[in-house]
Amino acid sequence: MAIVERPTTETLELEAGPRHATQDDALGVFRRPQGATGWRSWLFTVDHKRIGIMYGAAALFFFVIGGIEALIIRTQLAAPDQAIISADLYNQLFTMHGVTMVFLVVMPIGASLANFLIPLQIGARDVAFPRLNAFSFWCFLFGGVFFNSSWILGGGAADGGWFAYAPNTSVIFSPSHGMDFYAIGLQITGIASLVGAINLIATILNMRAPGMTLMKMPVFTWMSLVTQFLLLFAMPVISVALFLLTFDRLFDANFFDVSAGADPLLWEHLFWIFGHPEVYIMILPAFGIVSETIPVFSRKPIFGYEFIVFSGAAIGFMGWGVWAHHMFASGLGPISVAAFAVSTMFIAVPTGVKILNWMATMWGGKLSFTVPMLFSIGLVTMFTIGGLSGVSHAVAPSDTQQTDTYYIVAHFHYVLFGGALFGFVGGFYYWWPKAFGHMLRESLGKAHFWVMLLGFNLTFGPMHVLGLEGMPRRTHSYFDGYGFNVWNLLSTIGAFLIALSFLIFFTNIFVSARDARKPGWIPPGPDPWDARSIEWMTACPAPAHNFDHVPVVTHRDEFWYRKYGETDDHRIVRIATAEEVAQTGARTDVHLPAPSYWPILLCASFPLIGWGLIFNLGIAFAGGALALLAMYGIALEPADDPDAGHGDHHDDHGLGSGDGPEAAAPPADGDPDKEATLVD
Amino acid sequence: MTDTAPATATRTPTEAAGPVPDQLDGVDLESWGLGTNNATGLTNNKLGMWLFLGSDCLLFGALISTYLLMRHRGTGLGPEDVFDIPFTSVSSFVLLMSSMSMVFAVSSIARGDGPKLRLWLLVTALLGGTFIAGQVYEFTSFYREGLGYTTNLFSSAFYSLTGFHGVHVSVGIIMLMSLFVLSLTGRLEQDRAETVEIVGLYWHFVDIVWVLIFTIVYLIP
Repeated sequence: MAIVERPTTETLELEAGPRHATQDDALGVFRRPQGATGWRSWLFTVDHKRIGIMYGAAALFFFVIGGIEALIIRTQLAAPDQAIISADLYNQLFTMHGVTMVFLVVMPIGASLANFLIPLQIGARDVAFPRLNAFSFWCFLFGGVFFNSSWILGGGAADGGWFAYAPNTSVIFSPSHGMDFYAIGLQITGIASLVGAINLIATILNMRAPGMTLMKMPVFTWMSLVTQFLLLFAMPVISVALFLLTFDRLFDANFFDVSAGADPLLWEHLFWIFGHPEVYIMILPAFGIVSETIPVFSRKPIFGYEFIVFSGAAIGFMGWGVWAHHMFASGLGPISVAAFAVSTMFIAVPTGVKILNWMATMWGGKLSFTVPMLFSIGLVTMFTIGGLSGVSHAVAPSDTQQTDTYYIVAHFHYVLFGGALFGFVGGFYYWWPKAFGHMLRESLGKAHFWVMLLGFNLTFGPMHVLGLEGMPRRTHSYFDGYGFNVWNLLSTIGAFLIALSFLIFFTNIFVSARDARKPGWIPPGPDPWDARSIEWMTACPAPAHNFDHVPVVTHRDEFWYRKYGETDDHRIVRIATAEEVAQTGARTDVHLPAPSYWPILLCASFPLIGWGLIFNLGIAFAGGALALLAMYGIALEPADDPDAGHGDHHDDHGLGSGDGPEAAAPPADGDPDKEATLVD
Repeated sequence: MTDTAPATATRTPTEAAGPVPDQLDGVDLESWGLGTNNATGLTNNKLGMWLFLGSDCLLFGALISTYLLMRHRGTGLGPEDVFDIPFTSVSSFVLLMSSMSMVFAVSSIARGDGPKLRLWLLVTALLGGTFIAGQVYEFTSFYREGLGYTTNLFSSAFYSLTGFHGVHVSVGIIMLMSLFVLSLTGRLEQDRAETVEIVGLYWHFVDIVWVLIFTIVYLIP
């Protein structure tokens, strides 16, 4: 396989051409990591597929942590007047649950699928900046670990809510180090998102296969592009807000100090200018996923591709003009409230356009209710419920009643869990064979879906009623006799059903992987779903180099057009099997970006800097020195190690023609069995 | 809908051994994605820097907004008590001139003139360093007049905004000096002219931001 690199001792004859730095020039500290198997190959990988898989695995790990926090919250609220946990711990739990689910679960799953799929969907070998891609992942992971380390080191985790309203977050009201961990931890994950956004936008704009114009891109890639632009412009705003908070807490600045004349609304504005685009950052990738799966399982092209794409872009623009609807209760004044109420109602329009397009795609189609399709329909229905309660927030007088009640909690769980997470899980089932070479079991998948759908509605449906009855959110307990008891108990039962559904999912992952190792197992082939887009036009699992040859794109749904043709009397007929069209992935001489130690080393310095800022500046300086070293390591290391993974096109860089055959010869262990172990 | 009637099909499958690689006249598919052989004709590096600068606009936008909100709230020393406009005008002029020397540096490497490149990189870094020295002097004299970081809302916002800009300039100086050393050791030749150009993009951006900050913070009362 192409990324099986030969440990080489011979010197390369590069002098003939323009001088290219070799690995010995790269600070001379480390030789580059070699080899494509074992744990090292994962730690130092720059392969977008492996990074995508690691993003997904890390996000699921944090999902379990955030889920346990939610279960403790629901247990505390199962019955009135309970004191299973203290009010202080309750504050920490709902804060950590919220931040974990938003920043360490939903956003990284979006990043996971975007990383894994975008290069495959646009016919590229990798992303634009492979090492920065590895940097993004490790930065996110170390940021998440740093943030969660507040449970042990912080003297109490963050307790100001995920929105962290000033002045609740000041040292006086939140004396533990929890909010310091919040501010610095989110700063670190924010760097990851920003770098990832630059990387993926450059990838999508620059590296599309020849012929793939923007309007021929798969919808998932389109929605990811909009998402990355939102990240690009939203992240610096939250960065500034977090810097101000950090300076206030650590260096006694005055930004949110009301006694010095400050206006705590500044935090709300900065946070929600980031926070509302953030909502679309979380949901748009899921919209992209269902826009891929619904056409495949309806056996029709997507209805109104242009409308789907432009409504996604419209959401991206309008998402910047609605932030103050989170602040209707803060006394903005009637003109601001009216303006933001109207803009909020308007943004429901492009979302409604998408819902209509998905339904019209299914209309008259030959539906097959596979697991990915079930989850996609789950998104369309559940998100619609959440969207409708969202429109009710746009009505400012009504929202003033709903603010800080469970009605809000119900709403955002219907859009984030019922919307984003249903879409993501459907995406997992759909692209699992592309990542790992085997399918997940349909039977267990269907059990997963129905238990999750039931548990989800049982958990969050009753919260609408609770909210309208006036139960405030973020409160540790409630009195008997207010009519809250039954709904809270139902909600708690539902939460444990959701936990059960994910146990089924994890069982499915394990069982399906075991099935694939049994003798007599039949691989799914390159195209298990009869799909439409070109990520299926290569082997499953995708080989390290993605495509043997860069595909030339002439149609939207290119892969489908290569499989199907039209007769003179306008009947759709199959003209080729997937195996005939799809590339085999057997090529061995493709030059790939080389693995690197520096991204993980650079990211390892960030928690050091964070802990150092909080506890001891000496540690921060040590972390800073490591960061500086690693930055020079990345900058001076040639991105392209000419020593490894040789490709035939390297002849034009001055390699003597004499060593051509040796350089192009496939490594001895490049057999197809090894290939599977690369990705699995 | 999907019958199998290959007799009337408009295209036929390729041989069973596997699909034939796609061809496209005038496009080198084998090196697709390398350098400027891509969908936009811009290198990834340059596009990446443009995207970063777009993002950085929002960073300074948020900081400037914070400053505008804060400067006349609170008590104690205000902008009109401490600013020395003539002094800051001179250091702003120095920073603007460094943009010109940066242009000379980019043009030198485009012509493959190594010594000139090093001269102009050094001049740019020195001008940037002069600006930073001016900022250090300015901060020190404000501090002596009683305006510490924690004094009031204005001081926190002012030092944060101008401090972030100062850090940007300092990072730029580090990049310029790195280029200088790379050029000395022969690792920055004409074929890498774009690296200097990209650092130049960053440098010009930092200068433009200073024009905004100088106008908004110092000149507009």
